[in-house]
Amino acid sequence: MGRWVTACAIDDVDEEDVIRFDHEGKVYAIYKSPQGEFFATNGVCTHEHAYLSDGLVMGDIIECPKHNGRFDYRTGAARSAPACVDLATFPVRIEGEDVLVEVG
Amino acid sequence: MAGRVIVGAGECGARAALALRGRGFDGPIHLVGEEAELPYERPPLSKAVLAEDGAPPRQVVNEAALAERSITLHRANPAVAIDRDARIVRLADGGALCYDLLLLATGARPRRLQKDGAEIAGIHYLRHMADCRALRQRLGSGAKLLVLGGGFLGLEIAATARRRGCAVTLIETQPRVLMRGVPADIADVVAARHRAAGVDLRCGVGIAGIAADETGAAVTLADGSRLAGDLLVACVGAVPNTELAAAAGLTVDNGIVVDARLRTGDPAIFAVGDCCAFPLSSRDGRVMRLESWRCALEQAEAVAGSMLGEERPFETVPWFWSDQYELSLQVAGLPEPDHAIVERRLADDAFILFHLDATGRLAAASDIGPDGSIARDIRLAEMLIARRARPDPALLSRAEVKLKGLLAA
Ligand SMILES: Cc1cc2nc3c(=O)[nH]c(=O)nc-3n(C[C@H](O)[C@H](O)[C@H](O)COP(=O)(O)OP(=O)(O)OC[C@H]3O[C@@H](n4cnc5c(N)ncnc54)[C@H](O)[C@@H]3O)c2cc1C
Ligand code: FES
Repeated sequence: MGRWVTACAIDDVDEEDVIRFDHEGKVYAIYKSPQGEFFATNGVCTHEHAYLSDGLVMGDIIECPKHNGRFDYRTGAARSAPACVDLATFPVRIEGEDVLVEVG
Repeated sequence: MAGRVIVGAGECGARAALALRGRGFDGPIHLVGEEAELPYERPPLSKAVLAEDGAPPRQVVNEAALAERSITLHRANPAVAIDRDARIVRLADGGALCYDLLLLATGARPRRLQKDGAEIAGIHYLRHMADCRALRQRLGSGAKLLVLGGGFLGLEIAATARRRGCAVTLIETQPRVLMRGVPADIADVVAARHRAAGVDLRCGVGIAGIAADETGAAVTLADGSRLAGDLLVACVGAVPNTELAAAAGLTVDNGIVVDARLRTGDPAIFAVGDCCAFPLSSRDGRVMRLESWRCALEQAEAVAGSMLGEERPFETVPWFWSDQYELSLQVAGLPEPDHAIVERRLADDAFILFHLDATGRLAAASDIGPDGSIARDIRLAEMLIARRARPDPALLSRAEVKLKGLLAA
């Protein structure tokens, strides 16, 4: 069982956007979908070292800032080259104004 | 049984093979490679792979994935001729492959330095993993390196060599680095960063002579001064590998000429990547050849569709990036000297330039900054370029105005 930690407040992330969350030496990316739903993935691309929080969210897709590899941030699935290894995802829940992530 | 034959097992050719399978093609696929390696990514060869002894190239696909998809890879066995009437590709080892459709993805090769019509020996170039290994071995951790050419490749090699502790002199005959396709304001930041790193940058110099062998290299400048080093790497442009196509009678004009579906004049032959000249949608269909990694990837996907009968024209905005030290620079679209430039400051050390044509249309965008700081804005700018937008220059210049908002407008 992982532990739940508070990553940010719900207003810290715009809709269809992403922010970075650092915890115990690990980097996470926290997304808010266009519908206002929250998701969390590993914060570093699986291709090279790039922070996904610098990338662009389009619908359900996060596009890596470095070479435009794409992932579905809801499932972590790699969607287009050069990304071919899926991203790890983490459960998210909302408590009041807080966004909580279950870290590994 | 005839199938799809792809000549050139670089990134574009390999990804096209994967895309054909991904789209459900179930006939034979032959991927014909000149190199001994499995298909790998080329951009790291001047960056991470050059930086570290023994670092392997990053593979695009491994043996198991090829086997699983029944893609036959012919390694170190280049195609030497195409017989269009018989639809046969002949290989160096004497073998022959029948095709119903053929894809040429032969890429480009470094332009080699010549003297009196003959190639100057002893000079390093960088295109293949084998070149990278040879260069890496000579660089060691203290060699004196001469770099000829201040384009992206020469500058990346210079930055990586500094990281390895080499002394570096970079020689550029143009008045500044990155003359082609990069605005002066960005080239200035790059040049300053190299000087700060201790690179001896010589721009706007004439070259009177070049000599190189296994033990050393020297460049004599027009003013008579002599620059000496342990080795010389020349990065003075690339020429497309079009000989095979030309010998088969296909149209070649700085690249194998293809239409919007990436097809040559022969309906059974397609061409993609650095070897092809194609109508560029974001430039009103002007036929151009790019040397852009992302374009090669996009064309690999698109041509798989075309080879399966789709009629969709290939559309793209050219996009290029370069990593040097902690800096990343990117160019979307093709900047021209007559563009009006609007600057948006993103931070003290990061900015983006918007290039507007005479009609106010956003034609290109370029930027530089510490890794990652600028990627999002250039990507949004690229989308504006694709839409042929004419954004208000005042809004472009203000960092607090979100580009995503302009896109929605
Ligand atoms: C060192 C380096 C760094 C780069 N960095 C960047 C960067 O930072 N950003 C960027 O946007 N772009 C960069 N590029 C450009 C990018 O790598 C190319 O645009 C891309 O590799 C083009 O892919 P391609 O498959 O068309 O050609 P290539 O990668 O050149 O592959 C062509 C392949 O075909 C083979 N071949 C040729 N003739 C034959 C034949 N007759 N039979 C069989 N095989 C044949 C070649 O050996 C080669 O393996 C870089 C290029 C180099 C060399
Ligand atoms: S680092 Fe993410 S696509 Fe290359």
